[in-house]
Amino acid sequence: MTDLDTAPHTAVALRGGHLPRYAPAIAGIVAIAAGALIGITVHWNLAGIAILAALLYIVGLTIWSRLVENARRATDRLVTALVWVALSLAFIPLFSLLYETVSKGAGAINGKFLTWTMRNVIDAPGGIYHAIVGTLLITLAATVIAVPVGLLSAIYLVEYGGPSRLARWIRFLVDVMTGIPSIVAGLFAYALFSLIIGPGTQFGIGGGVALSLLMIPIVVRSTEEMLKLVPHDLREASYALGVPKWKTIVKVVLPTAMAGIITGVTLAIARVIGETAPLLIICGSTDSLNTNLFHGQMASLPVFIYTSYTQAGANPEILQNMAWGAALVLIVIVMVLNILARVAGRFFAPKTGH
Amino acid sequence: MAKSIDVSDLNIYYGDFLAVENVNMTVTARSVTALIGPSGCGKSTFLRTLNRMHEVIPGARVQGKVLVDGQSLYDPQVDPVEVRRMVGMVFQRPNPFPTMSIYENVLAGLRLNNKRLSKSDADTVVERSLQGANLWNEVKERLNKPGMSLSGGQQQRLCIARAIAVEPQVLLMDEPCSALDPISTSAVEDLIHELKEQYTIVIVTHNMQQAARVSEDTAFFNLSAAGKPGRLVEMNPTKKIFSVPDEEATEAYISGRFG
Ligand SMILES: Nc1ncnc2c1ncn2[C@@H]1O[C@H](COP(=O)(O)OP(=O)(O)O)[C@@H](O)[C@H]1O
Ligand SMILES: [Mg+2]
Repeated sequence: MTDLDTAPHTAVALRGGHLPRYAPAIAGIVAIAAGALIGITVHWNLAGIAILAALLYIVGLTIWSRLVENARRATDRLVTALVWVALSLAFIPLFSLLYETVSKGAGAINGKFLTWTMRNVIDAPGGIYHAIVGTLLITLAATVIAVPVGLLSAIYLVEYGGPSRLARWIRFLVDVMTGIPSIVAGLFAYALFSLIIGPGTQFGIGGGVALSLLMIPIVVRSTEEMLKLVPHDLREASYALGVPKWKTIVKVVLPTAMAGIITGVTLAIARVIGETAPLLIICGSTDSLNTNLFHGQMASLPVFIYTSYTQAGANPEILQNMAWGAALVLIVIVMVLNILARVAGRFFAPKTGH
Repeated sequence: MAKSIDVSDLNIYYGDFLAVENVNMTVTARSVTALIGPSGCGKSTFLRTLNRMHEVIPGARVQGKVLVDGQSLYDPQVDPVEVRRMVGMVFQRPNPFPTMSIYENVLAGLRLNNKRLSKSDADTVVERSLQGANLWNEVKERLNKPGMSLSGGQQQRLCIARAIAVEPQVLLMDEPCSALDPISTSAVEDLIHELKEQYTIVIVTHNMQQAARVSEDTAFFNLSAAGKPGRLVEMNPTKKIFSVPDEEATEAYISGRFG
């Protein structure tokens, strides 16, 4: 069924062969079935079958399109197929990670797990309340330090610094900060408080300082980009009303960019909430609940996961199960944060109507 | 209480680039003065020196004098923020604040300047300004909708309402109708007619008919050559400019032989 047979030669053919709308789905099912069939007969594992199916899908759909449609559409199908395959490749680790964590961690989670600590618990399942509280407190401290510093730096860079030498240096240093390995941030905080308070000081706020070092460059950079997106027209409109510059920034520029700034801050939090190495150094680890950021070692979810796996003791099953449970809780916390940020972002976003 | 403007020997720079050269001009109080001329001759640049918006651009500066009712705008003791409260501005592209409702947009100038307003005073200001901008009847049912939900022409009139809500004495308009359809344009022109009872208005326009329709006086700016600074060629009553201008160049520009 090609157009050339029926169309008169003098007219340009506008109509041509079409694959049905569900062609990609058919091709996908056929490719998976064929891949599985071949794979099973020659005893390949799942990965081999998946690769084979993906190849069959790309090649098959392209050839089918080339036969029925035209070269341009075939190319289009080829590239679309490649994009889909790449996307699925990217999703495989994500889904397998989520699956692993949920399947291994869900069993550990119960009321006791979420409300007890590990104090005086030996060779029995305890709770991770102390680690949840520790993670939330330390991350909150880091956010409280990093957000004002990052926000004000970004405001300086965009609104006041411009192309000046100082601003260029700050931008450069922020970029350098982005590359600081987290363990170095931990060592820095440890050394800092060893000097100020005394050798070997370990406490929660130190972790907050270490994590804020990792957050600041992310907050600065994302806020800077968001502020730059605010149209210059709006600033001028405000100046023209006789509004001073600082007030224009606070009342016009920041609210307009607020949704993006919140997203940036959330990303920064998500980036540091799972940090293990710096907290291991500066916060140490404990089995008990400690709600005082300024005194004593403080547990956190990543460190709890790490120590449960590495120092599992006589009955490793129990602690390893708890580690998976803690990992699931950590993921859920990040997810909840993201959802909250989206809701807040929608609330603050510039309103276009209706 | 509108004010007159006296400009003498004004040179306007962007960094080292002299954009407009040696302007001398008198703008009468309570009248409309139109600025016309080809693109790039410095109409916007000149207009922005009248409320010290020019210096918002990094490196931009001026030499010379601008007097508003005898007060020099560029004296060192003068606060540009105060100047802008006295001399309001409407821009070429409508620019309502996207995070604010229609109501809040009108009040923005007062609220952002810390004016404490009772609810009823605020309502009065909003209604009066929107009435003044010929927008009240169209939006009175939806004052709490976002300013951005209006059409382009309505947004521009909202911006005019926002500018007159702070009760400036002079109103500068930079091609306020260039992004508007003919109906909105005529609404804005009617508005200008009404506003000149109270305000001194300076308007930049690319539209000769508009200049002829709305203004008492017209100033023609031109570039003597590409890359040269713009300058004021002629300023005269609009009737005279459009019938028997003093300068050859004005005649040529208006009759469309160039520019
Ligand atoms: N922000 C700026 N920085 C540097 N030069 C500018 C800037 N704005 C305008 N100019 C220059 O000043 C001259 C006058 O521009 P403008 O006032 O916008 O003209 P008009 O409004 O008459 O079209 C032009 O040569 C333009 O390139
Ligand atoms: Mg202009």
